Amino acid sequence: MDFKDVLKSTEFGIFIAFLALCAILSFATPNFLSIYNISTVMKQVSFIAIISVGMTMVILTAGIDLSVGAVLGLVNVLAALFITKFGLAAGISSALLCGSFLGFVNGIIIVKWSLPPFIVTLGMMNIARGLALVITKGWPITGLPECFGCLAEGRLIGVPVPVIIMIIVYILGYLFLSRTIWGRYIYASGGNEKATWLSGVNVNKIKILVYTITGFLSGLAGIMLASRLSQGSPITGTGYELSVIGAVVIGGTDLMGGKGSVLGSLIGASIMGVLANGLVLLGVSAFWQQVILGVVIIIAVAGGSMRRKLLSKGES
Amino acid sequence: MKSKNAEKYILELKNVSKAFPGVQALNNINFNLKKGEVHSLVGENGAGKSTLLKILAGAYKKDTGVITLKGEEVKITDPKQALDLGISVIYQEFNLIPNLSIAENIFMGRAPRKKSGFIDFLKLHDDAVFFLKKIGMKKDPKTLVTELSVAEQQMVEIAKSLSLSAGIIVMDEPTSALTESEKETLFKIIGELKEKEVSVVFISHIIEEVLEISDRITVLRDGEYVKTVNAMDTTPQKIIRMMVGRELKDFYPKIEAKKGKIVLEVKNLTKKSKYEDISFRLHEGEVLGFAGLVGSGRAEVMRGIFGIETPASGEIYIRGNKVKVNSIFETIKMKMGFVPEDRREEGLILSRSVKDNINITKLSGINSYGFVKKQKEEEIADKYRKRLNIRTPNTQQIVQNLSGGNQQKIVIAKWLAIDPRILILDDPTRGIDVGAKKEIYSLINDLAKEKIGIILISSELPEILNISDRILVMREGRITGEFTRKEATQEKIMQLAALKN
Repeated sequence: MDFKDVLKSTEFGIFIAFLALCAILSFATPNFLSIYNISTVMKQVSFIAIISVGMTMVILTAGIDLSVGAVLGLVNVLAALFITKFGLAAGISSALLCGSFLGFVNGIIIVKWSLPPFIVTLGMMNIARGLALVITKGWPITGLPECFGCLAEGRLIGVPVPVIIMIIVYILGYLFLSRTIWGRYIYASGGNEKATWLSGVNVNKIKILVYTITGFLSGLAGIMLASRLSQGSPITGTGYELSVIGAVVIGGTDLMGGKGSVLGSLIGASIMGVLANGLVLLGVSAFWQQVILGVVIIIAVAGGSMRRKLLSKGES
Repeated sequence: MKSKNAEKYILELKNVSKAFPGVQALNNINFNLKKGEVHSLVGENGAGKSTLLKILAGAYKKDTGVITLKGEEVKITDPKQALDLGISVIYQEFNLIPNLSIAENIFMGRAPRKKSGFIDFLKLHDDAVFFLKKIGMKKDPKTLVTELSVAEQQMVEIAKSLSLSAGIIVMDEPTSALTESEKETLFKIIGELKEKEVSVVFISHIIEEVLEISDRITVLRDGEYVKTVNAMDTTPQKIIRMMVGRELKDFYPKIEAKKGKIVLEVKNLTKKSKYEDISFRLHEGEVLGFAGLVGSGRAEVMRGIFGIETPASGEIYIRGNKVKVNSIFETIKMKMGFVPEDRREEGLILSRSVKDNINITKLSGINSYGFVKKQKEEEIADKYRKRLNIRTPNTQQIVQNLSGGNQQKIVIAKWLAIDPRILILDDPTRGIDVGAKKEIYSLINDLAKEKIGIILISSELPEILNISDRILVMREGRITGEFTRKEATQEKIMQLAALKN
């Protein structure tokens, strides 16, 4: 990839938009560019951003996962439960396993019964959220050990731990998608599922894999949120699926599959985080924030599609 | 003021040019059309046929030049206006709505209404019957388009054009999806259109049929106007020479390869209402042609052997080993490759690069712990780019942007990458230009020399006759005959393919 390709890439376009947004906000409010504020924003973004890595893979295969917020909530509750019962290490790993398993179930059902991912994960969203409420009877689970809190509140060389986890997840996600054969297969099956299958690729396995990864990452975010709030609450992560899908779509990943990257999703999540933070600093009411966020999602997608049209005109 | 050619030509294009960024798609093209004439446009892919067609259809605007219709200069600014001027274009992909009836499609957006504003279905159907009769179509106008064959859908398109009182009908590759007998029906309809003084612009890759149906032929090459000739005064060879700018000697190069051991044996393969009791053997280095009409079951048999659509019963042996009859993963492991008929839908990932498409079959072999060996990947892509002469600036190029011929070469390359022992080619030269066709024929020869057993399905009889060592004929799901290369003639094959004994 040479310099010209970088300039032409979708990610670069979104990154410019991101920089512009930051520039405007740092002029508009003096507090925006402070180290404290930036690290707060990054921490807030990290939960959405981590799940976005999985969601990017799902959307690349032309699927969708609406259950991420609910899976996050259920794992959040389970983590709190398991940790209070079996201790830290066993609790965290079994909670992660549960998240992965829920994603795996999504994948299996989509593949074996050839059902639309939208419907299956919509069902899973209700099941997971419902189970979280059943388990807790609607009450938060407390009594988590103090040291568990450092997962979300601790810092390593000045950087919040969730941000570090996010960076690791992104590096792994990036390597996975761009360097491994499974990454190639994910792009291929999103680009043309039938042709990929006819080339001898087990497309079903690939699909199960991406939903499992998404379940795992939702679970990871759920555990981090349990640490942050030092409790397991059945309503954690309500509405997260829309923020995550928003981040991926702002990041330029095509809902039709086959095109996009985790890098774009990271910028997408950052745009959403920075925007929310900036609006708070500017004193915009929370109600209006939501309106503005909606507008930004539409503008971002419209801008992306216009850009693509312009670029493809220049080529043909 | 009317020009002096007004009586002679219903449509005239003079010095029409069109440029896209980086390409001069059309350069000073001249084209004219008489009343009641069939005038063909031929040229290799990229010659400018589609651009010219889209200008006539109002989808593109010309940069310079003059278009006159019945002696008056016109500007075709959008598709609606082209229709108002009486120019109707029938694209390769039809503009029909599958879940509406024939009549509703013919009068799409123009259905007769009652005073109440509701559609007057009685009149709608009567009107539809009127236009269907004109082209000799006897279907009930209430039939849904989804229930029609491709040929019947095409007839609906023609009826629609007539109902728009189009004086000029442009047909883009109208025969590409038709069987031999359907093609004859189409040609009969075109003949009747001529009698009704409708002019037809006919675009096709198949030179023989262009000569058969046209009054005049205009040849384009690389966006330039080459020549307009009378169909009576020319030969396929002359047309091809004009198209490519050089003579294609030995258009079908055939080197007899040495027949080796049996690589594939199929015994009693059966799938209800598709094919029955199919048995044959394929040898190393042999090109086995499958002749038959579209719908004879050839493609279904091949899809069954490869493991796409499972046959109900029968046995398949690859190099003596019995294979499961429903696993494409297993047949690929046994080194069988399959080039499907529809390369865009089934052969290629259009949004990915040349490199990714070629390597898709190979990735499991070129990784360490799942990480792709990038250098290996590039080597493989480059090797086949050179070997198959895939014309692309580099292997990073997105496949979508390449021509049909180059795309087809990529599909073949992806199977060569697994070092196949058996290669099934389902209509490999469909819709690709003459130059690329010849390259694919030479490639088939080379592959046979490398002891690959090749099965060739083709809709063009001359192709099967000239490329195959042995030819099997299928009709209605059964093998009806077998010829060696020397015995086979077009007539013998057609007899077994089309007629009941």
